[in-house]
Amino acid sequence: MDSPRTMFERIWSRHVVAEGPGGHTLLYIDRHLLHEGSTHAFARLAKAGRRVRRPDLTFATADHYVLTSPGAVATDPEIQAMVEALTSHTAEQGVTYFGPGDARRGIVHIIGPELALTLPGMTLVCGDSHTSTHGAVGALAFGIGSTEVEHVMATQTLWQRKPKTMRITVEGRLALGVAAKDVILAIIGQIGAGGGTGHAIEYAGSTIRAMSMDERMTVCNMSIEAGARAGMVAPDETTVAYLEGRPFAPRGEAWAQGLQAWRALPTDPGAAFDRELSLDAAAIAPAVTWGTSPQDALPITERVPDPAAEPDPARRASMERALGYMGLRPGTPLAEIRVDRVFIGSCTNSRLDDLRAAARIVQGRRAVVPAWVVPGSGTVKRAAEAEGLDQVFRDAGFEWREAGCSMCVGMNGEVAAEGERVASTSNRNFEGRQGKGARTHLMSPAMAAAAAVTGRLTDVRRLG
Amino acid sequence: MEPFRRLTAVAAPIDLPNVDTDRIIPARFLRKPRSPEYVRFLFHDLRFGPDGSPRSDFVLNQSAYRAAKILVTAENFGCGSSREMAVWALDAYGIRAVVAPSLGDIFRENCFKNGLLPVLLPAEAVATLRGRLRERPGAMVTVDLEARTVTAPGGATHRFEIDPFRRELLLTGQDEIAVTLGYEARIAEFEAGHRAELPWVIPPR
Repeated sequence: MDSPRTMFERIWSRHVVAEGPGGHTLLYIDRHLLHEGSTHAFARLAKAGRRVRRPDLTFATADHYVLTSPGAVATDPEIQAMVEALTSHTAEQGVTYFGPGDARRGIVHIIGPELALTLPGMTLVCGDSHTSTHGAVGALAFGIGSTEVEHVMATQTLWQRKPKTMRITVEGRLALGVAAKDVILAIIGQIGAGGGTGHAIEYAGSTIRAMSMDERMTVCNMSIEAGARAGMVAPDETTVAYLEGRPFAPRGEAWAQGLQAWRALPTDPGAAFDRELSLDAAAIAPAVTWGTSPQDALPITERVPDPAAEPDPARRASMERALGYMGLRPGTPLAEIRVDRVFIGSCTNSRLDDLRAAARIVQGRRAVVPAWVVPGSGTVKRAAEAEGLDQVFRDAGFEWREAGCSMCVGMNGEVAAEGERVASTSNRNFEGRQGKGARTHLMSPAMAAAAAVTGRLTDVRRLG
Repeated sequence: MEPFRRLTAVAAPIDLPNVDTDRIIPARFLRKPRSPEYVRFLFHDLRFGPDGSPRSDFVLNQSAYRAAKILVTAENFGCGSSREMAVWALDAYGIRAVVAPSLGDIFRENCFKNGLLPVLLPAEAVATLRGRLRERPGAMVTVDLEARTVTAPGGATHRFEIDPFRRELLLTGQDEIAVTLGYEARIAEFEAGHRAELPWVIPPR
């Protein structure tokens, strides 16, 4: 009998091209996803006279720099140039490109699983830290830097040191009003923004098993906010049902072979992880962040924490700085904090399940602050429109926009104003993330919808 | 890539934990091609006030630390976004080494690819070093990659771990892609086996 193995170990060992010096492994990459940020790598590749080795395994989309206001054209020539450069580089290198005007275009981490470019058992990389999202289908997926992007373009491989493994098991039923976002915020709050550094995380347990693929993607997406480059969930019938028939899913005999391989992927009973952690789903409440790190999450029923109560001086100084930036006073009930705008979108929370959850809260109510809904992809947008969700949002005074990264990162110029307080379904509440001086509170789509209709951070359970 | 062997230079302490790459370089600068202009983008919104003038409370704006080539940081420096431009901005400023108790994984990789040396030391040693740098502004630190040591002002020496592969590439300044292209036959052989065993990996056309 072979010794019990983790899913991570299975995928890793299947992709080893060579064991190099110093404990480094040359790892084969099955999928390489690109966006406008890959332009710098394309330029260096061309300058070195190299080609994309496997254009058939490489896919590109325009998401970070595309404007999401319907019909808008970038007036900033540098923003426009980022999209145009990706268009010309992908054409030169023969890479499939979902550019402006393509119905499949969308945020790279939305369209990967949605088009079944991402499959279980694969290695997948992208020059974006939220590549961990793709692990939700049972892939080993992680973000890389620009030089690594160029390396994968040229060689279809990467030198990697094997990360440690961590299993996070969540057991039990989530209470009404508690979302996947609250689960991952609770996890990050517990292990800290650096708690997963050097690790690949596997999320397991009955709570994760009961989640839809959209929800699993939300959880895996924010692995990097705990410092882990990769987060993954074992494929099961939910995964298979999700993937079947999608545009790039294997067909015929290849689908049958894939199914057989994927069913053998899950971690064996008794396999050892370097670190294990358990959470009780029943103890997780709807959460919001109060500070400038995703680890600064608390149940909405709590108050802004008091740095004076923090014994560690470095941590105290960091809290004081965060509260100063956020313009918050210790002891203020979180549910009394007024917001200036609401952003529902990003690779964390812009899938159909997210828009449905937000629309349920919005139905029959009015937004009292400017509120945007930015669907994750053209596919999500059309599916939401087919269900009438766009009308629910429009009737409530929300802006229904085109797909893209938009105000999660503001690279396309869609930013919040200095000092504006944003209730956001995105992944990072860093200083300046949504615009210079903008203040971000992270939360689930339903919680963001609740904030939009009340104008303050709100316990969604009180709206019913 | 410029090789890294041994560096003795002014070191600047950064005491804030979890300094993310958005703070090292805000997103609005990422569309700029790599150029010496990146020196201005480094820590931009921490370093400069609304009118563009240097903020006196930021460490690199204090005259003793201005010539720093080494940063000594708190935990989880470089967390967050994979933007390699964070390293480009550090490089443009002249920073060649970052000493920390822990670093963002992707940021750390990006350092290696650009000839910057990321050094991990125990939290207590790094905290003591930062304290020493605050007490003696402008003090020099030596980072020796050949000997794998960091020498604090006053002579305390800390040995650090670094894997031999990364160390060799830094010492010689080799291009990693060129190294990997030397494995072409192995890659091609792997691909043939992979395609046969996992036919579902190749996307349908």
